[in-house]
Amino acid sequence: MTSVILQQPTEAKAARKTNRGFIHGLITNKKAMTGMAIMLVFIVLALAAPVLFPDDPSRITGMASLEPDSEHWLGTTAKGQDVLALTIHGARSSLLVGLTVGFASTFIGILVGLASAYFGKFIDEALSLLTNVFLLLPGLPLLVILAAFLPPGLGTVILVLTVTGWAGSARVLRAQALSIRSKDFVAAAVVSGERAGRIMFREILPNMASIVMGTLLACVIYGIGAQAGLEFLGLGDVSTVSWGNNLFWAGNEGALLTGSWWVFIPSGLCIALVAFALALINYAVDEVTNPRLRKIRKPATTERGAAQ
Amino acid sequence: MRFILRRLGFYLIAFWASITLNFLLPRFMPGDPVSRMFARTQDRMQPEQLEALRKLLGVDDRPIWEQYAGYLQNILTGQMGVSITRFPTPVTEVISSQIGWTLLLGGTALVIAAVVGNLLGILAAWRRGSALDSALPPVLVFIGSFPYFWLAMGALYLFGVVLGWFPIRHAFTDGLEPAFTAEFIGDVGAHLVLPALTIVLVSIGGWMLGMRNTMIATNSEDYITMAEAKGLRPGRIMLRYAARNAMLPSVTSFGMGLGFVVGGALLTEVVFAYPGVGYQLLNAVQGLDYPLMQGLFLTITAAVLLANFLVDILYVRLDPRVRSN
Repeated sequence: MTSVILQQPTEAKAARKTNRGFIHGLITNKKAMTGMAIMLVFIVLALAAPVLFPDDPSRITGMASLEPDSEHWLGTTAKGQDVLALTIHGARSSLLVGLTVGFASTFIGILVGLASAYFGKFIDEALSLLTNVFLLLPGLPLLVILAAFLPPGLGTVILVLTVTGWAGSARVLRAQALSIRSKDFVAAAVVSGERAGRIMFREILPNMASIVMGTLLACVIYGIGAQAGLEFLGLGDVSTVSWGNNLFWAGNEGALLTGSWWVFIPSGLCIALVAFALALINYAVDEVTNPRLRKIRKPATTERGAAQ
Repeated sequence: MRFILRRLGFYLIAFWASITLNFLLPRFMPGDPVSRMFARTQDRMQPEQLEALRKLLGVDDRPIWEQYAGYLQNILTGQMGVSITRFPTPVTEVISSQIGWTLLLGGTALVIAAVVGNLLGILAAWRRGSALDSALPPVLVFIGSFPYFWLAMGALYLFGVVLGWFPIRHAFTDGLEPAFTAEFIGDVGAHLVLPALTIVLVSIGGWMLGMRNTMIATNSEDYITMAEAKGLRPGRIMLRYAARNAMLPSVTSFGMGLGFVVGGALLTEVVFAYPGVGYQLLNAVQGLDYPLMQGLFLTITAAVLLANFLVDILYVRLDPRVRSN
């Protein structure tokens, strides 16, 4: 997805103050609150899944392809499993993989971006080249190839998604780190003889917190979506219950052609809601840090060009 | 010119990296998937074909650098072995019979999404706070949050199975002879609607928001004020002054978008059993057809790199700053 981030560089002195303003901005932002509320619901559901449905969710509990009724709120699959149980249990694996992939790729992105910006010269050239190559290789075909060669399993899925997902965040973070690298306070830290690691992680990194957060959200969205895609193709760990696998089985058992819409709608809707919630938070971060994108309060005094 | 050469060098390195990745994967993967494949298919093959495939996939005893040199030579001369799922057709032949469908589907979807999305973005930025600006982006972001394949499944179910408006699988009706007749082209068009529509729906939001955000920045430039002061018509200012200068990031996205569409098309193709390279890639994976898998991956990569290179050339034409450096 293209999202243009026009971030004003944050001054070191004002860093602490801006950070407080940043959190305040997020809390008062409607988009951010909606997004966080949706996420909270899903996280609670995922944590409560073993309490709500203590049995194995793939156990057969009823007749095949039942429409939603009072006993099976979301109906049953062609095998006779309860769709609601599958969907709620699916949240666990999907959120886990999404968050792990998000954090792992953001972490690699931070390392590569900071090293690029701080050391510059040859290291920057080499790392940028690597990043750009990974950005350019078509993601999903690469995912499919990697998943085909590696032994199936949850670890493989996480590894493969991280390998294909880190480059985007590295590029964004490098650009931001470069602009901070050229600030006076970094030069001062270099002159005062601080170690490279300290400058990178204590001087530069805190000043790009909002960008890091935006990247993290984008990476989690990517992780959840790509996991679902991979599993839908049957290349994930077919034995686990996750949203992608639910859809894989729905496709395999011909839920579409037999008209069992209740089998494939819930899992897809959940993926979309989570991705939407994260995207909302992401846009809110953009708005809070870039005043130009904020909503215009009084339409009468709009910026030029709005009304003619 | 230097810019072009630099980019060309970069794409060559990227292509070399993907070839090398292809070379390394079957050789260093645990569990030796290639031997499993040979065990399954041995009896159907001629000894010399088997030997060629062994070399391609690394089941031989030559030193690794020698294998690598041989591999590079094979790939660059277009020798990618024979397909196993479609034995004994050569891999290159399988690919060339299918790449056209992917280009048709991905290209159509990409062009529609980019043109409509950018226009919407221009309008939204021009009329900040209007219904278009405040209502459409959240809707599009929400639609864009759905997985490609899930929207495709939904569209297939709704328009294909329930309403029966469009055909639900393949690129043209079975038994119809491919030809340049109105009947065949109409049939292909009808089969294209649902897959293309789902890709457009998912990707249009990104185009619109990207354009809107750049355009908002452009709108506050001094030359826009100047144009207004001169009394130019708003439509002219919007398109010839603001949009024109906000276009550049979208041009870059177009190149990147191609890779994205090839990826997205893979899932859409699978849902609609559309006979493109993505669908074939999945078939190859399921049939443990490693030569075909590798050939497809290299072809897709090459296509994406080529498209990006063309965009770079276009960029030089559009942006004088690149030319003067």
